[in-house]
Amino acid sequence: MLPELGHYALILALCLALLQGTIPLAGAQGGISNWMALARPLTWAQFMALLVSFAILTYAFISNDFSVAYTANHSNSLLPLIYRVSAVWGGHEGSLLLWAFLLAGWSLAVSLLSRRLPLIMVARVLGVMGLVSTGFLSFLIFTSGPFARLWPIPVDGRDLNPLLQDLGLVLHPPMLYMGYVGLSVAFAFAIAALLGGRLDATWARWSRPWTTVAWVFLTLGIALGSWWAYYELGWGGWWFWDPVENASFLPWLVSTALIHSLAVAEKRSAFKNWTVLLAIIAFSLSLLGTFLVRSGVLTSVHAFANDPKRGLFILMLLAVVVGVSLMIYAWRAPQVKSTGHFELVSRETMLLGNNVLLIVATASVLLGTLYPLIIDALGAGKISVGAPYFNAVFVPLMIPLVVLMGLGPLVRWKSDQAARLQQMIRGTLVISIGIGLLLPWLLFRSWEPMVIVGSIIAVWVALSALLDLRNRLRNASSFWSGLRKQSRSFYGMVLAHLGVAVTVVGITFSSYYSLEHDVRLAPGETFVMGEHDFLFEKLVHHEGPNYSSDLAVIQVQKQGKQVATLHTEKRLYTVTGMPMTEAGIDWGLTRDLYVALGEPLGDGSWAVRMYYKPYVRWIWLGALLMSFGGLLAAADRRYRLSRQSSSSVTANLQENGI
Amino acid sequence: MKLRFILPLVVFTALIVLFAIGLNLNPREVPSPLIDKPAPSFDLPQVQQAELRLTRDALTQHPVSLLNVWASWCVACRQEHPFLMELARSKEVPIYGLNYKDERDDAVAWLQRFGDPYLVSGFDHDGRVGIDWGVYGVPETFIVDAQGTIRYKHIGPLSPQVWKEKLEPVVRQLQGGVR
Repeated sequence: MLPELGHYALILALCLALLQGTIPLAGAQGGISNWMALARPLTWAQFMALLVSFAILTYAFISNDFSVAYTANHSNSLLPLIYRVSAVWGGHEGSLLLWAFLLAGWSLAVSLLSRRLPLIMVARVLGVMGLVSTGFLSFLIFTSGPFARLWPIPVDGRDLNPLLQDLGLVLHPPMLYMGYVGLSVAFAFAIAALLGGRLDATWARWSRPWTTVAWVFLTLGIALGSWWAYYELGWGGWWFWDPVENASFLPWLVSTALIHSLAVAEKRSAFKNWTVLLAIIAFSLSLLGTFLVRSGVLTSVHAFANDPKRGLFILMLLAVVVGVSLMIYAWRAPQVKSTGHFELVSRETMLLGNNVLLIVATASVLLGTLYPLIIDALGAGKISVGAPYFNAVFVPLMIPLVVLMGLGPLVRWKSDQAARLQQMIRGTLVISIGIGLLLPWLLFRSWEPMVIVGSIIAVWVALSALLDLRNRLRNASSFWSGLRKQSRSFYGMVLAHLGVAVTVVGITFSSYYSLEHDVRLAPGETFVMGEHDFLFEKLVHHEGPNYSSDLAVIQVQKQGKQVATLHTEKRLYTVTGMPMTEAGIDWGLTRDLYVALGEPLGDGSWAVRMYYKPYVRWIWLGALLMSFGGLLAAADRRYRLSRQSSSSVTANLQENGI
Repeated sequence: MKLRFILPLVVFTALIVLFAIGLNLNPREVPSPLIDKPAPSFDLPQVQQAELRLTRDALTQHPVSLLNVWASWCVACRQEHPFLMELARSKEVPIYGLNYKDERDDAVAWLQRFGDPYLVSGFDHDGRVGIDWGVYGVPETFIVDAQGTIRYKHIGPLSPQVWKEKLEPVVRQLQGGVR
């Protein structure tokens, strides 16, 4: 009975979404305020319907209701409770329901936090989000209903894919989806502004916190995914340039560009058409990611159920949503004039550089991802583009980007003198190069060209942030009052930029100075890798709730002193029959020790993979800093001030040079 | 209307056309034209011992055998690899490898690192044999019988589920037919 109710709630949500996507928009075009006022209540009602539907599906999982086909396919009565909850989004249907539910959640947030927005804007934004929701809900209901029943009812479910039975994966999809879906808010604001012909600084200020928060979720989602791949797949890698990873990375690159160009649109009324286009592209790439994952046009580790009918539906959805919004863009954008002029040496130019580099990077990643498909479509065979291409193209683009990242905040808006800048940064530049050269030698006694480059730019970013702060504090009465006077968005920017520097350190150090060995070890034997001795102490057989496993206990010693006890497992999941490796990792700020149990080699010995990974943790630490910076920037006071006083605040902030 | 404002729409339309074609090309939907045809003959150096050869005759020694197309650059191959190891250990069916468009050093390192489920792997550096066999993408797995006829082809990574539902019935039937 309950699952049917869930299905009806979905249909009800679709009807409400359709109303939300039409009436307020028509009202906004015709100037009928009663129609526009319906936007908020319809949003609330749609959210409630989807909440009911989502809760019912979750309950089906918790209560092991295997009469629901989706539950039977993705869960099992032996599955621990937390994974039964996360199994709700462990497959195609449920993850789409999560998508739709989160979209309704973002719409709800917009409807609640938009009290200071003019009604016409609210109506348009919620209307556009209603239309997007209509598309996704029809996809859900017509091609992938999560509540379909199964007869006869199976005794037990087929279990969740063991790869997904992990804490990282409990959080990764919701975070990533929050990011994907959150970009729909920036998209809706852009379309609403285009429709109303109001592409001004206020529009940019409204969009900024939403875009930043969506970006924060995307950053966290990607970082969690990469962290999960690192410890769960047992390959010791953290990024594989897999099509689905790229699908999440593309919107991240574009939304990073968007955050920066929104700053120009808000402060200087420049780049307005460009910013709108970026907002459209960012959301389009989220949809594209969904298409690539769901349709199976590209093979990948992540490939879920690949049903061509679903692929066609998503393709049509993509064509309609993006096609129509680009048509609106082609129709309205020529009337928008960017008024802010700027000179060659200015903050605007720096941010333009940021945008160009990020977009070129996006285009090259997109090309690499789609190239196999293009070759295939041309009938020229099948190929796979791998990491060498992406590294060769992507890294050279990121180096100037990070250099600009340090320089940009030091440059004044509108116009600046090259001579002033030169004088200001000379010392910092020399110190950065000095420390950057010394660092690899001090830490690893070895010089690799790319590591030197990496550490120079990382130190440069950190030092230029300090320089920026010193400049800002020069006129303050005291150090502390000066610190307090700086806005949250300034600290947010600094933190996020420092985060990039930290990630750069993590990537370069761990890529160049990692040690790895595949060895044959029997219990009682020791392998020496670098400064560490790995003793394979014993092998224990162990039964988990839904798997049986061989667990190896490995003791690590450094110069005779005990450092860590690592547990690595080879599990066999009984229901799916899938073998899985659980890596044993000793976390550390400056290094990870990582062992993964391989295959038994007969005679009691096992293949064991061992890694020593210096600074690998910094990769994700940097992502955390970036996210925290983003949150801080989104919490800036000026977004919460009323519209009347906001112009004076802007003037104030411009004096501060933000 | 200026061209530069329409440009995004034009680019996007081209992408959509590409995807529509790509969707129809969905390799999982296209049956191999080689099914139930004699397997193309080949003669390749082995991956691990370049002086030895792997030929089509190796496959026909067995009542039924698998030919698994793999490469060290292929991420999905890593995904199916633990299962192939499991299958090799169970000795249910002999597995041969076709190392497709790879470098020898990479391929050898890969096998050392993750284990070698193959009786022998042929080294198809330029992908010529892959073309003869109609390889769409990596990984792919062919089932070949004692007469050298291709009886089944699976595109994409193998998993216990795929094995149980699709390949195993074919293998069992062929094994039963001989006994």
